[in-house]
Formats: sequence, C-alpha cells, structure tokens
Amino acid sequence: MVEESKKDSSKQDEMPDWSEYRGVMIFIEQRAGEAKNVSWQLLGEGRKLADKLEVELIALVIGQSVDRLATDAIAYGADRVYLADAPELNEYRTRPYSRVALHVIREVKPEIVLFGATATGRDLAGAIATHLPTGLTADCTILDVEPHPSRLLLASRPAFSEKMLATILCKRYRPQMATARAGVFEAAPYDSARKGEVQKVSSLLSEEEIETRVLQFIEATDRFHLEEAEIIVAGGRGLGGPEPFKLLQELADALGGVVGASRAAVDAGWIGHAHQVGQTGYTVRPKLYIAIGISGAVQHLVGMQNSDCIIAINRDQDAPIFKVANYAIVGDLFQIVPALTQAVRAKRSAALSQQVPHEVVE
Amino acid sequence: MLHIVVCVKQVPDSREIRIDPKTNTLIRDGVPAIANFYDMHGLEEALRIKETLGAKVTVVCMGPPPAVKSLKQCISLGADEAVLITDRGFAGADTLATSYVLGLSIRKVAEVFGQVDIVFCGKQTLDGDTGQVGPGVACRLDLEQLTYVSKVEQIDVETGRITVNRLLEDGVEVVEAKLPVLITALKELNDVRRAPLPGMIRAARFQPTIWTTQDFPELDRSKIGLKGSPTIVAKTWVPESKQVSTKFVEGQTAEEIAGKLVEQLWKTELPVRFGW
Repeated sequence: MVEESKKDSSKQDEMPDWSEYRGVMIFIEQRAGEAKNVSWQLLGEGRKLADKLEVELIALVIGQSVDRLATDAIAYGADRVYLADAPELNEYRTRPYSRVALHVIREVKPEIVLFGATATGRDLAGAIATHLPTGLTADCTILDVEPHPSRLLLASRPAFSEKMLATILCKRYRPQMATARAGVFEAAPYDSARKGEVQKVSSLLSEEEIETRVLQFIEATDRFHLEEAEIIVAGGRGLGGPEPFKLLQELADALGGVVGASRAAVDAGWIGHAHQVGQTGYTVRPKLYIAIGISGAVQHLVGMQNSDCIIAINRDQDAPIFKVANYAIVGDLFQIVPALTQAVRAKRSAALSQQVPHEVVE
Repeated sequence: MLHIVVCVKQVPDSREIRIDPKTNTLIRDGVPAIANFYDMHGLEEALRIKETLGAKVTVVCMGPPPAVKSLKQCISLGADEAVLITDRGFAGADTLATSYVLGLSIRKVAEVFGQVDIVFCGKQTLDGDTGQVGPGVACRLDLEQLTYVSKVEQIDVETGRITVNRLLEDGVEVVEAKLPVLITALKELNDVRRAPLPGMIRAARFQPTIWTTQDFPELDRSKIGLKGSPTIVAKTWVPESKQVSTKFVEGQTAEEIAGKLVEQLWKTELPVRFGW
C-alpha cells in the first residue's frame, strides 16, 4: 500500500461531543415493494460496523405496502426498523422521501447513515446531506470504522477514474453519510428467527403538497444483471472486434453465465455499456469469472478481483490479470475458448447422463 | 421568456491520468483541462430549449481563472451569459461547500439576469464522480430535483410544468414537475453540437462576469472552501491486487489445455452449485 498524500486538518481535530449520536442506519431502497439487493448487502456490511461500534443496526424503510420489508430487514440483520408506509410514498420522489428520512435521522441521531450508490440512493442522500448538513462520501467500495472513542467511518472509494482508492473522513459533522456501490458487500444469510423492533413513522407531506408526479415507469425489458450474475465470461481488447464475443457467449451459455467486458471493449463499441466491469461499470463478485483477452488494468481488477474463482486466458504471460487468477492459460483465445466450450459441454452431458436415474425419480 | 442556468465545471480529463508503475503515484503532467462532458449535455439541452421555446442561457462555473476557457467554449456554442465564480477562499470545497457557493451564485444570477426557471448540472463530474452537487444545489435553492434525465419530453410554458424521462438502473421513469426545477444531465440526453464560426468569434471577444467572495455580502465564510467542507481525504493509495496462487494450465493443444482446466473446475464446488 503506497500512500500518495496525507492531508491532515490537525487544527480541526478536536472532535465535539458526539455521544448522543449512536447506531448505524441503512436506507432500504425498493420499487413496488421489492427491495434492491444493495439494501440487503448494506445491512450485511452495516451489521459488521454496528458490532464493532457496539451499537444498533437500524433500517429505514419508506414506501407503500412495504411492511414485509421491515420483517426482511430484521432477518437480514437489523435490530430496529423505522417504517414509513403511505400511498404518497409509493414511488420514490425526492421531497416526500427526504422529509421522512430527515425527520427520522434528526430524531434517532445515528452516527452513520448508508445508502446504495444507485440513482435513487444518490438522489436522496445528496438532498439529505445538504439539509442536515453533513458530509457525504459517494460510491464507496470499502467501509470500516475506527473503534471508540473516535468512532470514525473510514469510507473508501475509487478516485481518478478508479486508478486509485481514497479514504474519506467526516470528523466535524454527524451523522457520517456515504453511498456504497452495489455488488461489493455481502448480505448476511436470511435468518427468520432474528428478533427486532419495528417503529412506524408517518409521511410528512400530503399528495397536494408534492409538486412532482411519476406518470409512468417503463421497466427495462432487456434488463441485464451483470452485478447479480454468478458466472461471468468477460472479453477485452484481445478480442479485436465485436465478432469474437459470439465465442464468449457460447462459453457463457455452456456454463449458464453471462457475457461481461472490459472498458476497452465497451469504448471500442464492440459491446454495450451494460456489460462493462470496473470503471464506471459494475463491480462484480461472481462465483466464477473468466477473463479473456483482458490484460487487467487496475480499474478492471478493482471491479472483479473479489470473484471466488478467476480464470484468465491471455496471450501475454506477463499480463497483470494473471496475478489475480486462480487458473491461468497462456495462449490464443481463438483456439482455447472454443475448445473450452466443447470440453464443458462434453463434461456436462456426461454428468447429465449419470444423473438421469435421479431425475426420473424426482 | 425562460431563463436557464447551466452549471459547468472545468476538470482534468481523469481518463488521461496515468499511474507511474514505479512509484504508484499519479502522473498529472500534461493532463488536459476540459469542460466536464456531462455538463455540456446540460448546455446542449438548454440551447435546444432556447431554439424551440425561446430562452436566455446563463452558464455558471466555479473554479480558478483558467476555467474561463470552458466558459468561452459555452459561449461559442450559444450561451448568452457566463459567470465565473473564482476566489482562493472557494478552493478546496467538497460537495457541500460547492453547493453552498453555487446556490448563492445562482440566486445572484437570478437578481442580475432574471428569475431562473431551469438549472442544468451534469449527472456527475469526471474528477469528483460523486453526483452530489446537483441535488445539493436543488436543496439550496428549494428547486424540484430531477436527476439522471435522459430526455426532456415536454415543457409547458403556460402551466409551468415540465416532463422528463429519468434513466434508472431498472428502467425509465417519466416524471412531471412544476418549474423551477434542477435537472442533472446524462449523456443520453442529446448529442452535443460543434461551435459555429460566429459563435467562436463571439467567444474570442467575450469576457465573462467575474464574482469573488467580495460580491456576496451575505456569504458565510465558515461554509466555503476547505473550512466549509465536512469531508476530508485522509489518504489515497493504489490498490494492491489480491494475492492468489495462480495455477498455470498448460498443454500441447488447445483441446488438451481445455480438458485439463475442465478437470480442475470439476474438482471445485462449482459443478454442484450450478448443477453442471
């Protein structure tokens, strides 16, 4: 770890008495009563932070007909849930949501508040931090806390087009707020036996007082869940054009995975942005990641190195991608990939024929 | 006539910043300063509204004096007025301090150049990458905030209502709001034009209005610059790759290598997990 700079505002280091601010709060983002995965991931990470600080993990659920999410939040690790359930909170709109969130934050006084770094999370967190006011760190990929007495949130995020990481502190204001990237943190296993308390809070604006209307929501039909995929077959500059992505798609199909890409391949227009891993793309942590023709620039590595198993195929034996790979193949991807697809298909059909009796029984 | 303010930041093109592989530090030399490109999509949309409905377009930029370059670029494209907010006292601002100063500046723009109906910001900047200043400015000015806008569907000047499409992770939301609003622009909003020759000539002679801390009598100095910024950068570092023991799979032919790899994979928990 090489530190590039260390700015210390020592004059401002005497911290005020923050003893009335305790607890870690997570905003639970949802649409039509379905929570976004990032919310459960943040509860998982928030649980660790709360345990280190020996405080409660608090969930904030806002929406309409969302009481099931309060139950889920407890099962995913929350000790206490603040639940605002009202017709005017059905769709996310900045003012009614931020009014409720501000009210709860001012009453409960958590020391840390976390949101998903999604469109909604960033929109809401940006409004709340300005109103409070307090510091807000965007798009974190590493979260930690210093123990008592400083209790500082160490919010780390990619900087300079993801070529570096920066740790951001908020010493002079409470709560400490951050948005955190989807797909980076792990949700705790769902435990329906967990106990917690649900407190209802009211909506603070009537429909007549709200100047925005959501006229329509058109769900993306070609929605592509790269950050949720468990197997990703990703291609980079080494593919040389859009055509070879077909080879990757065949391998992905054989494995039951999806196709990802490096920034170089996306920038070249060989494949859509939705497939991009790393910088301004998605951070992924699938069970299996196959990097094909990807050299492994820092920004790509940050986006995928937490995958459980990494296979890299590259012509250049010195490619940085090999440093993070569990299995490395130095060779021509145009020969290796089709051979690998064949080998996987053969192995799977062999395995399938052995399993037939079991399936018949089922 | 509508009055539209466009917030523009001049940023180092961080896509051009490289890491020195020996020292693991940033190489900043020779990195060009450009107008944040999301902001330019905001300007383009403002200019299109100007052309279809009639509007005055004022560009506001907070930054050091060389940022005049980006303001001149905006003038060359068709903006009517440009204001540079510059003072050493504003330097080192995080998103909270920035939104405070931009909020004051846009209030002053309204006093000097007329009441503001729409404020455009880029969805985020290339150097900060936070996307927090837009919502911050909306709060400061008590504007309805419409973030991540991919299309301006309609503006009804009579009723003072605007309809936009917001491009979210899971789909497109069509939202109607009452003016005045703040919009954060995505690159999907439009294609940015090239400057026409008359615009370039106007820009060459154009001198932007310059405001410093002296121009804001109500300015609270505890809310600007480093002092007014709650967040501080404690350290920056180049992430190390995770240490793994890499197994090189080798063979005479592609088929042999593929076969060996598949054998290895089938020894892991993956086949059971995925039902291969």
